[in-house]
Amino acid sequence: METAPKPGRDVPPKKNRLQAKKKKPRRYWEEETTLTAAGASPGPPGNKKRNRELRPQRPKNANIAKKSRISRKRQLPKKPRERRNLEPQRSVSGAQDPFPGPAPVPVEVARKFRRIDKSKKLPHSKSKTRSRLEVAEAEEEEISIKAARSELLLAEEPGFLEGEDGEDTAKIRQADIVEAVDIASAAKHFDLNLRQFGPYRLNYSPTGRHLAFGGRRGHVATLDWVTKRLMCEINVMEAVRDIRFLHSEALLAVAQNRWLHIYDNQGIELHCIRRCDRVTRLEFLPFHFLLATASETGFLTYLDVSVGKIMAALNARAGRLDVMTKNPYNAVIHLGHSNGTVSLWSPAMKEPLAKILCHRGGVRAVAVDSTGTYMATSGLDHQLKIFDLRGTFQPLGARTLPQGAGHLAFSQRGLLAAGMGDVVNIWAGQGKASPPSLEQPYLTHRLSGHVHGLHFCPFEDVLGVGHNGGITSMLVPGAAEPNFDGLESNPYRSQKQRQEWEVKALLEKVPAELICLDPRALAEVDVISLEQEKKERIERLGYDPEAKAPFQPKPKQKGRSSTASLVKRKRKVMDEEHRDKVRQSLEQQPQKQEKKAKPLRARPSALDRFVR
Amino acid sequence: MNVVQAAESLLALSQQEELEDLSKDDPLSPSEDEGDIDGERKHKKLLEAISSLDGKNRRKLAERSEASLKVSEFNVTSEGSGEKLVLSDLLGPVKTSSSLAAVKKQLNRVKSKKTVELPLNKEEVERARTPLEQEVFNLLHKNKQPVTDPLLTPVEKASLKAMSLEEAKMHRAELQRARALQSYYEARARREKKIKSKKYHKVLKKGRVRKALKEFEKLRKVNPTVALEELEKIEKARMMERMSLKHQNSGKWAKSKAIMAKYDLEARQAMQEQLARNKELTQKLQAASDSEEEEEGAEEEGELVPDAVNEIQMDANGPNPWMLRNHSRGTKEIKVQDPEQLPEPVAHEASENEEEDRPGAEEEILLNEFEERRSLRKKSGLSQEAKLVSRQEPKDSSSQEVLSELRALSQKLNQENQQSGKQNVSSVRTVLAVQREEPTEAEEEPLLLQRPERAHTMEKLEELGKEGCFQNKEVPRPVGEGQQSERNPDNQPGAPKEKKRKEQMIDLQNLLTTKSSSVKSLAVPMTVEELEDEEERDQKQMIKEAFAGDDVIRDFLKEKREAVEASKPKDVDLTLPGWGEWGGMGLKPSAKKRRRFLIKTPEGPPRKDKNLPNVIINEKRNVHAAAHQVRVLPYPFTHHRQFERTIQTPIGSTWNTQRAFQKLTTPKVVTKPGHIIKPIKAEDVGYRSSSRSDLSVVQRNPKQLSIRHKKHLKKNSVD
Repeated sequence: METAPKPGRDVPPKKNRLQAKKKKPRRYWEEETTLTAAGASPGPPGNKKRNRELRPQRPKNANIAKKSRISRKRQLPKKPRERRNLEPQRSVSGAQDPFPGPAPVPVEVARKFRRIDKSKKLPHSKSKTRSRLEVAEAEEEEISIKAARSELLLAEEPGFLEGEDGEDTAKIRQADIVEAVDIASAAKHFDLNLRQFGPYRLNYSPTGRHLAFGGRRGHVATLDWVTKRLMCEINVMEAVRDIRFLHSEALLAVAQNRWLHIYDNQGIELHCIRRCDRVTRLEFLPFHFLLATASETGFLTYLDVSVGKIMAALNARAGRLDVMTKNPYNAVIHLGHSNGTVSLWSPAMKEPLAKILCHRGGVRAVAVDSTGTYMATSGLDHQLKIFDLRGTFQPLGARTLPQGAGHLAFSQRGLLAAGMGDVVNIWAGQGKASPPSLEQPYLTHRLSGHVHGLHFCPFEDVLGVGHNGGITSMLVPGAAEPNFDGLESNPYRSQKQRQEWEVKALLEKVPAELICLDPRALAEVDVISLEQEKKERIERLGYDPEAKAPFQPKPKQKGRSSTASLVKRKRKVMDEEHRDKVRQSLEQQPQKQEKKAKPLRARPSALDRFVR
Repeated sequence: MNVVQAAESLLALSQQEELEDLSKDDPLSPSEDEGDIDGERKHKKLLEAISSLDGKNRRKLAERSEASLKVSEFNVTSEGSGEKLVLSDLLGPVKTSSSLAAVKKQLNRVKSKKTVELPLNKEEVERARTPLEQEVFNLLHKNKQPVTDPLLTPVEKASLKAMSLEEAKMHRAELQRARALQSYYEARARREKKIKSKKYHKVLKKGRVRKALKEFEKLRKVNPTVALEELEKIEKARMMERMSLKHQNSGKWAKSKAIMAKYDLEARQAMQEQLARNKELTQKLQAASDSEEEEEGAEEEGELVPDAVNEIQMDANGPNPWMLRNHSRGTKEIKVQDPEQLPEPVAHEASENEEEDRPGAEEEILLNEFEERRSLRKKSGLSQEAKLVSRQEPKDSSSQEVLSELRALSQKLNQENQQSGKQNVSSVRTVLAVQREEPTEAEEEPLLLQRPERAHTMEKLEELGKEGCFQNKEVPRPVGEGQQSERNPDNQPGAPKEKKRKEQMIDLQNLLTTKSSSVKSLAVPMTVEELEDEEERDQKQMIKEAFAGDDVIRDFLKEKREAVEASKPKDVDLTLPGWGEWGGMGLKPSAKKRRRFLIKTPEGPPRKDKNLPNVIINEKRNVHAAAHQVRVLPYPFTHHRQFERTIQTPIGSTWNTQRAFQKLTTPKVVTKPGHIIKPIKAEDVGYRSSSRSDLSVVQRNPKQLSIRHKKHLKKNSVD
């Protein structure tokens, strides 16, 4: 039954395959015309693909609302244009194309997307290997160019406050900003006057649409802060230490006096996690679905919220923990301690990954910027310091503040906010990848109470400040990323979209044990076990299968293959190898000598003991 | 600029004044007198503000920045008013009344009378008579060698008087640090005090008492001075207990029990228990019991005579050496009252006890000698103040008598002591070899004299404050000195080691104390705004820095060293003791052998944090993450780096544009959707076809088969 139609059906696909093999990469979408002519592929899938292609690439975020609008508009007119493109180079409606070929891509932009690290030198490789490497490099280049080209789709540009010549931007008050901006933006500046329930901690949802805040005296509320629609408001009748949204705005973790509680967006208590007790700070790692809690008892606990299991409970051995932040780049947790150190933690290790001595007094606040490059710390010694996290952990800048900063926060674009007493200072750097320069504050604002929580709203130029007198939403021009990725965190998503996203995010969940200081190290070969296995194999086989075979001279004709000449040839090759070795060692020697020479010169003389 | 500022301040001041006036007028009884006084004050302030307009002598705010005794109910200060305080002002009543005139006159008379100094002036005594003597004196005089007692050349004196700026700073920093520590300690104590559980406190207290007693017993053997301090505390606790109504069967509970006591045995027992406890708590300790009677007597005088006097009396018949130690410490308090008085008896005692415990006593002698000298030097300067104090303190003549008696006695003793002290010194020098500490101390003496007070613990801070009010050169505390001298020998051998480490530490220190410009921001937090004075801010800064201390750095370095040690591969020692040579107790295998059988593990790669002094990077391998890494090199690659290069570009759609993602993930074989892919057959590989292959096809679709079967069955059933 099944075999009967075979011959008839088999033919066309084979042809297809042949065609495909000829022009391998441009199979479906480039050959559209021929396919449509043949009637083999229907219109809709092709369209769909094109739509997708319009989507901006992930790392740079793009406005999905705009995207969808654009795509809908362009769906129809696109086809003719495509056809136009297909009549190549000759003429566009009679005229010569002034810019033939694909548009050039700026090199700098493309370089941004290069991922192959060429700093490490490669050993000599055989031709086969070399070809593979070349393919990989070509692929990388192509991809980076594609990514650079799609930068064009990031329509929004970050705004910034610029003083007229000599004017200090820090002197500009919030009221002035509110007056200057449009109504929609002006509505983003507001004050919630909540004097009754004490200092507030607050947190924005990952999309930046929702705001949750908890007062120390038990007041917990979430609201859609853009529309000011209250979602829930409860009093937990217990001290609230910290509050944090989980992966979406539907779930809310509240660190209460005794235990950790999880509420949903209607204020219904879903869980009470008693294994996390006396929690002081919360941090959520969205890609790992981990809720990290720091407790008074000195434990750092990782709770997997997707399965409800505690992945790791680490004892920091440094007393009470109440300074914590996450590194968004590698999901490492930074803890500040009273002895002036900041320790970096991963759930996979019982000990800290690194410990950095930052201050002479205790550490009061820590913040890490979104690229994971800079860490800002403030200590009891009234200093605010910025550290480089790229391997060296050295301070880049420091500044003494009149009253040390108790709270720190980095915005998406690298602005640093510090809450000192009842004042919030914001520093800006020169561009996105530079550390904030601490010379001049970019903005300052005085609040009605002491600052208790700072959080920059993602994708909005807004800084939320929780204080004694309630909550203030400040306008900070240039704070947030202007373009968002609709597939990653879409502020305008519907409930259905959120559910879709949730499923996808869960499928892509990263295991907790992969958290390490350098996430790129995961793309490296595990050399230690590689060597180990190699050694074991040699032991098992009794010889090294990869070892170079000793030279065996080939037999030659016409009497040249005498034993003496064979030996001579052998000797020649051996000598050559030996010479190579000697040359290599000679090259290395001067380096060693240089190293040795220095200590010789610096050798102390007997009289040095009298030098003070 | 200055003028403008001054003017501004003036304006602000006047405004403030007005405000104050307003606020003062508000209350119910605004009397005219007050108004007048106010007016005067205002006038004065105005004058001052005007005089400060020239900029140089800007008025300093008479604000308290430190816990000085400037503002205190026990001291009168003339700070702020700019006038000198005269005794007569204080003595004079508000209104002149004739009744006191007589007393005043008497006082004046007393003041005018010159008191006879008991030891005659030295210069009179030691006048050169013979030519030889004259020559000697001449020589001494030329070299400015002191002829009389102080034993210090003017140069030395000058150096003593001058305290370098750094030291002053250090001193201040230390003060601040101590203060900060105190406040922290207080905060902690407050927190702990807040705990409401009665049981907790009860248990805590019990434990504390037991521990204190045990420690006291231990201390008594080891460190008598501290033990004595402890004893004092215990004494005080006893006193408190005696004063309070606790455990006196007078409380609510006790009363209720008393009613029940007739009938209830338990209640009776409870009451008795309480009484027993009272007795226990109010009982005197054995050590102090010897001088109980004296103390009783002294207690009666307690109102009139300062504590120090009691202590001396106690001393006189307390042969216990560890009790003697106290007085050298006690000197300090007494010195405040009458500087010449104190050290002598102690020294006396010490000289007596010299045979008993050599090192301790001699130390004491030295200390006392030094004290003596200080007191003598101070005599002239302080006599005025001492008089002032002595006049203030005693209120009736009887106490004055006691004091004068004491003074006379002490002066007599003083003279004796000077001689004995000299003797002591000479004797010490003869026995020099015996004491190891002695030379170091002798060396240290001038050093200590110069040094501002160090080693002040928190509790002693108040005492320090008391001293400060006299504005005299600081007196190094004997106890502190003793500690220092004890510490000193330890330090010296350790010095080179520290120096070695310093190289690393300097780096770190620099790192942590990088010069960071302080903010001149527009908005300064409220609390800070109040202290506009830059100095004050600096002070605060310094407190913080001082509080932080170097301990942080040292601890960190220690931790790092430990981490480095732990991560180092260990050498394997395979020596067998006694193999090929004699073995046994106290015999070690020879160095040669050890060297031969020591397997040195090769040093690993240098640590990542080798050149980063402020960082400890964990070198341990993350085994969990390693499980996810590639551990086999695929075929054409011979080196892991080659392979790594090919997998460095991410493929996922998270990092790529959609098209790039599709391109990277296109499969090698593309099939059309809906097209059936037949399973591989033996024929395809080259084998002959067999009937089995059909069977396999059938087996592959059991579901369809079953459906077919069902249909068959249905048909059958229908049929």
